[in-house]
Amino acid sequence: MDAVASLQERVRAAAAARTPLAIRAGGSKDFYGNEPRGEVLDPRGHAGIVEYEPTELVVTVRAGTLLAELETTLAASRQMLAFEPPHFGESATVGGAIASGLAGPRRMAVGALRDFVLGARLLDGRGNVLAFGGRVMKNVAGYDVARTLAGSLGTLGVILDVSLKVLPRPVAEQTLRFELAEADAIRRTNEWGGQPLPISGTAWFDGQLYVRLSGAAAGVRAAHEKIGGSLVAEDTLLWAELREQSQAFFNAGTSRTRVLWRLAVPPTTPPLELGSTLIEWGGGQRWIVPDAPAAEIRAKAAAVGGHATAFRGGDRSAVFQPLDPGVAAIHRRLKSEFDPAGIFNPGRFYPDI
Amino acid sequence: MSPTAATGASRLLADRIPLEGVGRVDVERQRSVVDALRTFLPDHCLLWREEDTRPYECDGLTIYRQLPMVVALPETEDEVARIVRICHQQQVPIVPRGAGTGLSGGALPHGRGVLLSLAKFNRILKVDPLARTALVQPGVRNLAISEAVAHLGLYYAPDPSSQIACTIGGNIAENSGGVHCLKYGLTLQNVLRVRGVTSDGAIVEIGSEAPDAAGYDLLSLVVGSEGMLVVITEATVKLVPKPLKQQVIMASFDDVEKGGDAVAAVIAAGIIPAGMEMMDKPATAAVEPFVKAGYDLDAEAILLVESDGTPEEVAEEIDRIKSVLDGSGATRIAVSNSEAERLRFWAGRKAAFPAVGRISPDYYCMDGTIPRKRLGEVLKAISTMEGKYRLRCANVFHAGDGNLHPLIMFDANDPDSVVRAEQFGFEILELSIAVGGTVTGEHGVGVEKIHQLCQQFDAATLEAFFAVRRAFDPAGLLNPGKAIPTLARCAEYGRMHVHGGALKFPELPRY
Repeated sequence: MDAVASLQERVRAAAAARTPLAIRAGGSKDFYGNEPRGEVLDPRGHAGIVEYEPTELVVTVRAGTLLAELETTLAASRQMLAFEPPHFGESATVGGAIASGLAGPRRMAVGALRDFVLGARLLDGRGNVLAFGGRVMKNVAGYDVARTLAGSLGTLGVILDVSLKVLPRPVAEQTLRFELAEADAIRRTNEWGGQPLPISGTAWFDGQLYVRLSGAAAGVRAAHEKIGGSLVAEDTLLWAELREQSQAFFNAGTSRTRVLWRLAVPPTTPPLELGSTLIEWGGGQRWIVPDAPAAEIRAKAAAVGGHATAFRGGDRSAVFQPLDPGVAAIHRRLKSEFDPAGIFNPGRFYPDI
Repeated sequence: MSPTAATGASRLLADRIPLEGVGRVDVERQRSVVDALRTFLPDHCLLWREEDTRPYECDGLTIYRQLPMVVALPETEDEVARIVRICHQQQVPIVPRGAGTGLSGGALPHGRGVLLSLAKFNRILKVDPLARTALVQPGVRNLAISEAVAHLGLYYAPDPSSQIACTIGGNIAENSGGVHCLKYGLTLQNVLRVRGVTSDGAIVEIGSEAPDAAGYDLLSLVVGSEGMLVVITEATVKLVPKPLKQQVIMASFDDVEKGGDAVAAVIAAGIIPAGMEMMDKPATAAVEPFVKAGYDLDAEAILLVESDGTPEEVAEEIDRIKSVLDGSGATRIAVSNSEAERLRFWAGRKAAFPAVGRISPDYYCMDGTIPRKRLGEVLKAISTMEGKYRLRCANVFHAGDGNLHPLIMFDANDPDSVVRAEQFGFEILELSIAVGGTVTGEHGVGVEKIHQLCQQFDAATLEAFFAVRRAFDPAGLLNPGKAIPTLARCAEYGRMHVHGGALKFPELPRY
């Protein structure tokens, strides 16, 4: 289903009337970012896998395609989206995954979502269709705008389709559990990170560190022998629950006053002592439900060279860490170049973009 | 290409649609800029006499040359910022330069501008073994990073062929690759954060030592921007653990297409090798007498497939790769049995460029990426072009990621041969686009491939690239005229292109 023409028409009309548009497909990530506003633009009419060539390790897919449908197709060829995007609901689409830029446990080993974006077509604020990047692994022609769309929360335009790098599923996978205090878990995961071990996911919560190994069967076995730990049964479920935030840690519920924060910090950062904590990505991603006020959390994240996001809950007026003035100016100019009428998801990312 | 190439360059396409900033140095303007820079730059950091600026007239693409008006070699970030501010005040273009090894003319000087060399920014500021990061200045050589952290069992993964000389700043500008990209990524995947100066003289930090930074992912734009968005003064790079073992398989094929199919079969089997490189017969014929790597000279193509990891992982993977290659019709298979043998198998591949330089006075290296499945077809087309342009071509191929490096052999002392080499190259680039690929996989657009971008991207997308540039550099002073063609240039090129080899505007002025 190709719906470019109708989307184009809608965008041009909205731009002419300066009508804000809230780009929304399945709504599985409605909770994320600042409060959405504007008329809903649903891109799900533009859906379907355009081209999938397993031996090229590339899939081109329209943004309205269900994420689950894409993953099922890849799984049939024993391949995967290696960044393990969270769905947060059955209605999750590829476009929403790209726009939110979120990644799951394997991110620490394979790279972020943006590292898998090879190309994208974007409908800009003038109604023009722009085609960035391409369908090949290695491409340095033109600026890499396709990757910048990852995590842009739909503020630069309507993502129409993307070409993604895919990877084979690992032959073998195993999860180990260690009883460790927070500081020891952080130190240990970083020490392992400096050794040639096939670690593809880590999670620490409730005094337990879980470590996933992926790769050749012999390599996984050897790594287990080397680092020890007890084998975890049903580990596929564990990592899926972490990715989807259905694990008990996340189930306490969030509200206007009870906020789940995401802190991205240098992985070696010692315990932040802000409240109940779940740590992923070898120490780099920390989920915290703090008692401290937002300003203190932001200041602490900034002090260690990271940033904090009010991921779920809260008043949703300033979800993301404020930017330095020089970088903020680049953001504003980029936004006004791609969306001169300011119609795409205004305010969802930052109040002025 | 060897430095002798410039002699024959006078009839090149670039001369017919003049590149920006080509021409004689304006002495008045030069004096004004030199006087302003002298107020804070020490004498040894400022060059403007022709005998001093001559060494900067080109980068690794020697076919294009231009004297810079001024060369500045600052030693501190504050000096960089002051140079940039003065240039901003006087509307003087700035061309940043690392080691000058780039192959696409990205550091070609601007005749009315300042060439900003970061060569003196050559210190590794900090290594954090636990976090596996290094904080480096942009003039640090790529290989120097790996050497400095080798004792920690770590290294910096991207390994462009020029790694002994090229700098990390240049790697960031070009988003450089190497032979291990499929598994370890390009520069973008191995740089966490950069600090630099924008064209108004402001200091910005982009990216983060955390897994991500707040806001748009601007690092994706800056890496590979060919020095047009930010002058880099510092970078944090990622270090990865050195694999415990590396082993390489060398397989021969009696047909290049079969070799290409074998590459696809390895991937279909769910294997991502650390490196997968192919060389055709002309390439092995050029290197074998030179390095004695033990290549099968009867083979139409040879494939090198490397596995790395723990000894257990490598043993398992090598077995699997071997059986896939067996099943793909390899006529001969050899597995390296020692580190010495592994290095010998690679020596030929790594010496391919100089070896071709040994059998031909000059060569022109192309850099298209194509979908792997089109390899056979593309190589056949290149072989037809050899007849058409009466020039030989050897092909080396980063087969894992589809990045093809045809080496067109020509003689720079024969102007007609130069023009044929250039047209041969352009035809390969255009073919790369036609089969669904790109004109540059890792060398950058620079000035060399700027016209082919008119074919790869439509007008609206090219305009969006300029929009990105304006967002970072509203005044358009950083490396103007590179990487992104103006629509006017495309229109001019399109008109010429219609007439193919018979160029239409010999009367166009040269500035």
